Amino acid sequence: MDDYLSLKHKAYEARLLAVDAVHEAKAGHPGGSLSCMDALTMLYFKEMNIDPANPAWPERDRFVLSKGHCAPALYSVLALRGYFPVEDLKLLRSIKGHMSGHPDMVHVKGVDMSTGSLGQGLSCAVGMALAAKTTGKSFRTYAICGDGEIEEGQIWEAAMAAAKWKLDNLCVFLDSNGLQIDGKVADVMPSAPLDKKFEAFNWNVICIDGHDYAQIDEALAAARACKDKPTMIIMKTVKGKGVSFMENNAGWHGKAPNDEQFAQAKQDLEAALKAIEEEEK
Amino acid sequence: MACKIATRNAYGDALVALAEKYPQLVVLDADLASATMTKGFAAAYPDRFFDCGIAEANMTDIAAGMSTIGLKPFTNTFAIFAAGRAYEQVRNSIAYPGLNVTVVGSHGGVSVGEDGATHQAIEDFALMRVIPDMLVCCPCDGHEMTLAVEALINYKGPAYLRLERPATEIITDEIEGYSFELGKGVTLRDGSDVTIIATGINVPMAVKAADLLAESGISARVIDMHTIKPLDEELVLKAAKETGCIVTSEEHSVIGGLGGAVSEFLSGTYPVPVVRHGVDDTFGRSGTYAAVLEYFGITPEGIAEKAKQALALKK
Repeated sequence: MDDYLSLKHKAYEARLLAVDAVHEAKAGHPGGSLSCMDALTMLYFKEMNIDPANPAWPERDRFVLSKGHCAPALYSVLALRGYFPVEDLKLLRSIKGHMSGHPDMVHVKGVDMSTGSLGQGLSCAVGMALAAKTTGKSFRTYAICGDGEIEEGQIWEAAMAAAKWKLDNLCVFLDSNGLQIDGKVADVMPSAPLDKKFEAFNWNVICIDGHDYAQIDEALAAARACKDKPTMIIMKTVKGKGVSFMENNAGWHGKAPNDEQFAQAKQDLEAALKAIEEEEK
Repeated sequence: MACKIATRNAYGDALVALAEKYPQLVVLDADLASATMTKGFAAAYPDRFFDCGIAEANMTDIAAGMSTIGLKPFTNTFAIFAAGRAYEQVRNSIAYPGLNVTVVGSHGGVSVGEDGATHQAIEDFALMRVIPDMLVCCPCDGHEMTLAVEALINYKGPAYLRLERPATEIITDEIEGYSFELGKGVTLRDGSDVTIIATGINVPMAVKAADLLAESGISARVIDMHTIKPLDEELVLKAAKETGCIVTSEEHSVIGGLGGAVSEFLSGTYPVPVVRHGVDDTFGRSGTYAAVLEYFGITPEGIAEKAKQALALKK
């Protein structure tokens, strides 16, 4: 039996919550939220040393969603992990609540860094990892960047800095779904070869399938074992993963499904959940 | 003769002097440690000093991340880069989440001199002041700077501190009853006809301007407004009521800085003539710092002239 079925199930529950929240809000970013959901689920349900009952625990591992527009993914995983009620997700982007469109560390429990302006989160994560080294703390810092996001020059400033200070307590996922608002990353601003770029910046680089749990798990273990270098896990993903009509479609970067589309999305995701449940039996 | 020291030197000395007392203090620089005067701290506390290279945006956000772990970072670069290049990093990653970082902009104003307009920050107060919850501070001399540094280490929240390049005389150590508190202006000299509200190196100039005005029989009050935001509204209101007109003076554009803050406040509470003294809406230029200040009229005579304009506007 697949060791990761319960995690996969959580990820699909989170996908459904995220798409539901974006539908409810009539705005948001479903495509990239769905592509990074497996890595995010692995982090919050297996990898990270955290205590949802004590979100400010000083020794906890940190997470920065550098591609902050994928807040629906982070909020959904945080809710499922017990940081706040799942019902709060209905207030995504609503004036009635504090679930702002991009991660808000002041108002949303479990968010370690406010992000949204692309390129900044990785530097913040470097600061957290550097502070851990400086103060002799053993917690680890994780981040997820987008493959469009890395077009920001600040990402490469942060990449140099993380290598300079040998931040082996920093592990970053690069969500390589190949699409950004204006189309294919390869057309908008070709960034390949990403592995060679980060290797040249003196990072420990691991390339995986971002929807394969065994590969994500192994990569995280390899990152923990690596000394003196930060780790970049470049994960090939499918934008819109799990919702048939959103998959590999740049048009679903920042658009909410209408009622009919949401019904279809819900059907797709519930079918996936059912299939996982069948497998679990 | 009062002794002279640049506020950037006093700042660098204060960091070293306070490091043992405040173990949470960490200092970041962007390849300017010998100009921003963090080099002393770097030499004495290498484990608490982080040279981020020529990458101000990254430095600013690294500081944001460090502050979430409980450290108190002071970031250092020229004011033009601290407030300009890294503006959005300060806004989105430090101020918006309310993080405890002091952004330090050295070489503020036009007195940078020879480097010219590209390095002369005459907009930093405006840029930092418009950000919600941002504290903006510009001490007027080395003595005040030393006190400001300790106050800022103890302050919890986003702050901007401007340092100046040229050595200027220390005046606040001889003021009777002087004490430093963030957000509280200091009345250096009483007067009844006009109030000069100044910040930074314009404060000693304002005192000299008051002397010049006294020769013409004009009684000028002088306020050292080291904290531009939050503005000491009580003190400004009192001055407006008691002297009936105001001159603001700063080494900054007349748009958006101290002059903007005082005008905005008084226009909605107790309108009196406010004449803004500073750099008119124009870029700086190269020259020795003394020549540049003279060129822009950032002099005691320049302040005195504005004071007379303010008096003429008084009903």
